[in-house]
Amino acid sequence: MADEPLILGIETSCDETGVGIVRGHTLLADALASSVEEHARFGGVVPEVASRAHLEAIVPTMDRALREAGVTIADIDAIAVTSGPGLAGALLVGVAAAKGYAVAAEKPVYGVNHLAAHVAVDTLEHGPLPEPAIALLVSGGHSSLLRVDDLAREVTPLGSTIDDAAGEAFDKVARLLGLPFPGGPFIDREARAGDPAAIAFPRGLTAPKDLAGHRFDFSFSGLKTAVARWVEARQRAGEAVPVADVAASFQEAVCDVLVGKALDACRSSGIDTLVIGGGVAANSRLRAMAEHRAAKHGVRVRTPRPKLCTDNGAMVAALGSHLVAAGVAPSRLDLPADSAMPLTVVSV
Amino acid sequence: MVDSSTPAVTAALVEVSADGVAARAQRCTVDARAHGELLAPQVDAVLADADARPADLAAIVAGLGPGPFTGLRVGLVTAATMGQVLGIPTYGVCSLDGIGHPAAAGEPVLAASDARRREVYWAVYDGAGQRIAGPNVDTPAVAAERARDLAVTVAVGDGAHRYADVLGLPVREEPRYPDALALARLAAERIRAGAPGEPLTPLYLRRPDAVAATGHKPVLP
Ligand SMILES: [Zn+2]
Repeated sequence: MADEPLILGIETSCDETGVGIVRGHTLLADALASSVEEHARFGGVVPEVASRAHLEAIVPTMDRALREAGVTIADIDAIAVTSGPGLAGALLVGVAAAKGYAVAAEKPVYGVNHLAAHVAVDTLEHGPLPEPAIALLVSGGHSSLLRVDDLAREVTPLGSTIDDAAGEAFDKVARLLGLPFPGGPFIDREARAGDPAAIAFPRGLTAPKDLAGHRFDFSFSGLKTAVARWVEARQRAGEAVPVADVAASFQEAVCDVLVGKALDACRSSGIDTLVIGGGVAANSRLRAMAEHRAAKHGVRVRTPRPKLCTDNGAMVAALGSHLVAAGVAPSRLDLPADSAMPLTVVSV
Repeated sequence: MVDSSTPAVTAALVEVSADGVAARAQRCTVDARAHGELLAPQVDAVLADADARPADLAAIVAGLGPGPFTGLRVGLVTAATMGQVLGIPTYGVCSLDGIGHPAAAGEPVLAASDARRREVYWAVYDGAGQRIAGPNVDTPAVAAERARDLAVTVAVGDGAHRYADVLGLPVREEPRYPDALALARLAAERIRAGAPGEPLTPLYLRRPDAVAATGHKPVLP
């Protein structure tokens, strides 16, 4: 194991500054600094605030990661960094940092896809990924279904959200219910005391007419509006809003669609491995529902522990490690930060 | 030495000795949209041009701005991360000093760079090149008024070229962008003395554009 490559990963695509270090599939360090509290009062991530926070956090976060792993930068074999997709200005801080480290320490650098990294992080917990696999990636910034034939080279998008990201819907409904930002954990907590069948909220893009053109796509904006209408109607009638029931019913609708479409993708392609990643994958109901329903279809669900589901540096290091092991060539030093990096590009 | 506070992305390898400061290699590309792509290869190139290794570096000097945020951060994060890896001090210099200081020749001078949104980052230097006002960000008209109060007779920098009409001052051709050697000179005392490095805090001068989320808008008619 000691001769497996030692890889450093840097993540700054949104509001988390992450530096992770892995050796092969073994996680050695996962240091994180978050600016989430600075965004809370705006009810969403403010790009310039996130970029400023990354600049302040990157050096101390790197120090912590190196200390945690008990290595120096001279020991590192390669540096991986999220080059997209994400917030342009935020990505640029991480990419420039990775290059600064790479130039000064004379190491190769890999610019990698954030979404592929969400898939790769699972290898730190469950070992090498069986290929092909289906991946469901759900967070505040993305909601995608992909087919992974070769995590180092070939990822195919099957579908994605046509409006809001799943995590965004959680944030908006949380605000509607007077819960704090980010909404995911608070909805999850409230929902535990509620009845998921109390209110029949719509399941976006699941009607037969929608399935024809959007079989693997998601839509959460109609659901969000339905929740808003329901809550407002109660408020106008002077009735109390049953927060736990609304949270549980909303969460059930989101999870039902996500799990249903992910398993449909598995079934239709004859693939029996489903990886779930991204911040929404930390949702307890999504995890339980996926396990339960997948078992019935003979599909094995792989979901990393919640701390690895949200954005972090370890996921980037995990993908870097996979690329190095697969013999993929490093990126050039002029690699760009690409806020709209396509899913099909694993590394640049 | 790195500066990315203006459309000019600059990297230079400078030798600081007891009796002077000399450039051994320098790369500068003017492209307002590609700081992130350009800077690291240029750092690599100046090291190669001077036949040096990163480990040969004794200190890193960075222009702290003011400048458009996204590009400015590229230079500062590059300097900070390199300093961290190499275990060498980093020193910050106001980027406008790299324009105003070398332009001073006996009379007060206004240095201005483009701050976008019809504003300029500006500072005023006395005849010896000492900064006596700024750095600030204002409309060119406000900068011109302040410059008049300080008896400025000439302007310099890309912001001065761009808003020459409003400023109403003769514009000196060079330096148009922060001069690498000038910035290194302004840090030379600290480098020679082996002064402790400092965190590279950008001179943003503007608060982030952040609109607080408004209350929920009703969906029912
Ligand atoms: Zn993510």
